[in-house]
Amino acid sequence: MALNWFRFAAPASFYPIAGRLVPVFWVLTAVLLLVGLYWGFFETPDRLGGSNPQKEYYRIIFIHVPAAWMSMWLYVVMVGWAAIGLVFNTRLSFMMANAVAPTGAIFTFLALWTGSFWGRPSWGTYWDWDPRLTTELILFFMYIGYIALHSAIDDTRRADRAAALLAIVGLVMVPLIFWSINCPDPSQCAALHQRSNLTQIEGNILFAMLMVALAFWMYSFATTLMRLRSIILTREAENTWVRDLVSKGGRP
Amino acid sequence: MLRVFWCILLRDLTLAMRRRTDVLTTLFFFVIVVSLFPLGVGTERKILQMLGPGVVWVAALLASMLALERLFAADYEDGTLEQMVLTAQPLSLLVLAKITAHWLLTGLPLVLIAPLVGMQYHLTSDAILVMMMALLIGTPVLSLIGAIGAALTLGLRGGGILLSLLILPLYIPVLVYGAGAVEVSSVDLADIRPYLTLLGAFLLVAVLFAPLASSAALKISLE
Amino acid sequence: MRFTTEDVRLPMLEVAGLECRRGDRLLFAGLDFTVSGGTLLHVRGANGSGKTTLLRALCGLFSPDSGEIRWNGASIRSLGEDYRRDLLYFGHSNGIKGDLTGIENLRVAATLDGDPVDESAIWSALARIGLAGFEDLPTRMLSQGQKKRVALARLLLSGAPFWVLDEPFTALDTAAVELLEELIAGHVAGGGLVVLTTHQEVGLTSGQVERLLLGS
Repeated sequence: MALNWFRFAAPASFYPIAGRLVPVFWVLTAVLLLVGLYWGFFETPDRLGGSNPQKEYYRIIFIHVPAAWMSMWLYVVMVGWAAIGLVFNTRLSFMMANAVAPTGAIFTFLALWTGSFWGRPSWGTYWDWDPRLTTELILFFMYIGYIALHSAIDDTRRADRAAALLAIVGLVMVPLIFWSINCPDPSQCAALHQRSNLTQIEGNILFAMLMVALAFWMYSFATTLMRLRSIILTREAENTWVRDLVSKGGRP
Repeated sequence: MLRVFWCILLRDLTLAMRRRTDVLTTLFFFVIVVSLFPLGVGTERKILQMLGPGVVWVAALLASMLALERLFAADYEDGTLEQMVLTAQPLSLLVLAKITAHWLLTGLPLVLIAPLVGMQYHLTSDAILVMMMALLIGTPVLSLIGAIGAALTLGLRGGGILLSLLILPLYIPVLVYGAGAVEVSSVDLADIRPYLTLLGAFLLVAVLFAPLASSAALKISLE
Repeated sequence: MRFTTEDVRLPMLEVAGLECRRGDRLLFAGLDFTVSGGTLLHVRGANGSGKTTLLRALCGLFSPDSGEIRWNGASIRSLGEDYRRDLLYFGHSNGIKGDLTGIENLRVAATLDGDPVDESAIWSALARIGLAGFEDLPTRMLSQGQKKRVALARLLLSGAPFWVLDEPFTALDTAAVELLEELIAGHVAGGGLVVLTTHQEVGLTSGQVERLLLGS
């Protein structure tokens, strides 16, 4: 490969690239979200399930399920960047992990919020100690912990590394926590949340869900890159390329 | 190797014996928290028997949390921690020795006082025995996992609050199975085996990995 | 002393292209130097020029943003514990426990260094450093200078060829300063390597003094 990937790993060269990508991702977000929501509202069946069908309110899964997916995926992405940063000592990877965290926390919150709205008509309560919902709450605490630890440490290098280590420990613990909540009695496991299998979902519902999930991915890219750009500017404020940028009025 | 482990263990125990109040505060914190619950939820025998295991475990979690803040703090302030990092000994071994001393001083007393608080909640003698066993296996796990958080928050302003935010969620598995063991013991004493086995498995994994993670965290915090 | 007679090679420290930042601030970049046994490297610079950071990087406590530090030709990262065995660091904090006595402090330090604990050596080290009669007092009862002396007694007990001393002369009285200078001179004369920061001149009887100015 003639391309030198490490060139893009330098914040100075990544900054303008990120700037050009942000609008593209915003447009993709809008288009995919429109398609997904249209499909979800008008092209899917009115009710879900057999003997005890869920009525119109089930449509909240078009937000709830993709948000829950994203909350988990983004945690993995965050840990991935954090681990790369710890191993290769690259500043941009830490910034990336740092930029992903708030988006992940937002999706976790969204999943919890929509989950409780859906729980009201379906379970008759806003909150139940359902294993998945509880684990989602723990995941939210993990994101908050990461952000809190990072912002409590003044020295950015220590903050990056300490938060990265915490995220990795969290990734190891999350499955264990889920499992312990799911099976409080080790000899038998029960779950309030119905088991789902992607192949059993009706085609139109699956399509709408996947479209929204893709839209959420694009949204994550867009917000992460925007946040990354501002992190780069703050951290590299002393470097000449940032000063040049400022004196030119912000145009790269 | 073993000589170094003993050296640090004895050092920390000697230091604690010269400042006994630190050890006693944790113990009394535990007893007070446990004693306050009946005043809040009512003293009806049935309710207390039901709540007992969970309350004792949550109090143990909080007490362990409170004590953890001091695990590395004193050594950090006087520079001895730095000297430990710079010795030719594996840091995780020294950390394991420190955690062991810490558990002997703050975890073991909780196990020993468990019968007393068990009686406050009208637990049967079987349930109390199971609770002691579960605490004996479970509290070292708390110290081990907590050490990672203590190392990460070393020397930070408001480190104690932050520490609880980071570490309490990670205590959930120990809480679930620790309290679970005591609860099932009232139904059938034979049912407790899988609970204790699981706690034992957690302890084994924590002994292997938590010192490594803590020493990595210490190196980050000392930079 | 110990090193020239047994080791054919003198210990050697190489620093290549070292760059260190504190937070977002660049302290120094492109720092290169090589020093070998029988040398005293005197690091100077204004406050905040990165003297302490450099010393901590030399110990491996601080990982530099780029560049490499080599000990006898091998990177200190890969040497790990083997490097730390050759190293004695003396930082801003004394690294002694206030609730332990001088003897206990030195006993722990010796065990951690992996040396067999020689009680008589510890007692005579404390006597030489001028703390005879204070051995059994918890060190928190001692004055600042006396605490520092307890910490300096480690120099007498350790067999490490590489000493890194960060401001070792502060809080010491004239007699202690003279003793420390004597120790440093003896270490260098015996083929040892010393890197230190201080604002005063250090005289040597043999060996050479090199100077490094940071922040210029």
